Amino acid sequence: MFEFIQKYGLFYLLGGWPETELGGFAGTLVLAGVGVGVSFPLAIVIGFARTSKNPAFFIPASVWVYMLRGIPLLMILFWAYFLIPELTGRAMTPFATAMAAIIIYESAFMAEIVRAGILGLPKGQTEAARSIGLGYWQAMRYVVLPQALVNMIPSFVNQFVSTVKATSIVYIIGVSELTFVAQQVNAIEVTNPVRTFIVLAFFYFIPCWGLSVLSRKIERDIGARRKAANAPGKEIRI
Amino acid sequence: MDFSFLAQEEFLLALVDGLLITCKLFLASWICGFAIALVMANLRDVRFAVVRFVVSAYLEYHRNVPTVVQMLVWYFAMPELLPDSIRLWVNRGNTEFLFAWVALSLNVSAYFAEDIRSGVRAIPATQFEAARAIGLSALGGIIYVILPQAVRLTIPTLLNRTLILFKDTSLAMAIGVAELTYQVRNIENITFRAFEAYFIATVAYLTISLLIMFAGAWFSRRFTVAYR
Repeated sequence: MFEFIQKYGLFYLLGGWPETELGGFAGTLVLAGVGVGVSFPLAIVIGFARTSKNPAFFIPASVWVYMLRGIPLLMILFWAYFLIPELTGRAMTPFATAMAAIIIYESAFMAEIVRAGILGLPKGQTEAARSIGLGYWQAMRYVVLPQALVNMIPSFVNQFVSTVKATSIVYIIGVSELTFVAQQVNAIEVTNPVRTFIVLAFFYFIPCWGLSVLSRKIERDIGARRKAANAPGKEIRI
Repeated sequence: MDFSFLAQEEFLLALVDGLLITCKLFLASWICGFAIALVMANLRDVRFAVVRFVVSAYLEYHRNVPTVVQMLVWYFAMPELLPDSIRLWVNRGNTEFLFAWVALSLNVSAYFAEDIRSGVRAIPATQFEAARAIGLSALGGIIYVILPQAVRLTIPTLLNRTLILFKDTSLAMAIGVAELTYQVRNIENITFRAFEAYFIATVAYLTISLLIMFAGAWFSRRFTVAYR
């Protein structure tokens, strides 16, 4: 086992880098990190549209969310692989194609988190903000979003974990991320696939498990803080 | 758009076959996963620390490792660990489908177990005590008081996970199960009609997914939880 790690550890971590593009575990993290990072602003826009009463915003946003939630990521990946060169007229690397597919896919799931966060706040918050004279957007910007975003943190962490796991399928179009690297190791080694794939599973398990534990802790902390803030008998300071 | 390739019997049959295998894999995994989940949800709180540790390791492994990787582990690694006689028996059948089924069942069971457990735990213990106090037996208390409330809490999350399971069946193409995505990819490779092939598969996936989603939405509206 030690020898195996010594021989392939760096390959698992970085892929063929620096000879080829960054891959392996680092590639997986880049895919998931950029995927979640870029889809975040999109998700805020779509999430707000999902809570809007204006059908011009609500309907397109809902169609977007329901469609993307109803199709497997693999299908979206194939669509991106086929459509993007067709529409732009330029070939794209598998990595960029996977990136695009993940951003589109995640925008729908993140938007649902944003929507749940906004709807999860007590209505009194918006009403109070409006009654002290803030406009709709001001109320959202200064009162609703700051509170809702804090409540969303555990869900975002969970979504990041889901994204890390979801990226494992993009090896199908030849992106050299972690799962792809493991398959290459398996092809080189031929014998003992148990070791190759157990190491692969561990590479995913450690960060995903760590982050899941962290997200549960954050959730408890936020809950405890809210409870303390709303506790009866707490003096109101003016 | 040119769907004329569908007129060729082999492609049409391949698509129907793929859709059937997708549905078969989905239903078989759902049933097994749910059965395992019921056991796991009950084992989570037993008195023996060893059992608790094993169960929580089982749950954490299946929740924190990608589904594809779990399939690859079953498909590539597990046969090595099986004794020769069993391996020969397994290899005679449809190996790909079998391992995809096992992997998906175990994977979804971990999520179902957590959903069921948190649903039951959300019901205050006083509900059970009250049921006993008005003269219901322990079993009656569970059947008439605890379960109706717990099921209401649990079904929306179970349906959500069911949707994810349905979409995850597409991952089985990674180990060569000839389900819908696999067949579509195959047809695209032969006919070069990528748009049409993907379109058909997308519509098929979307139709079933939307049915599951609307079932969830309907259920949430119909059975709103009375208290929290």
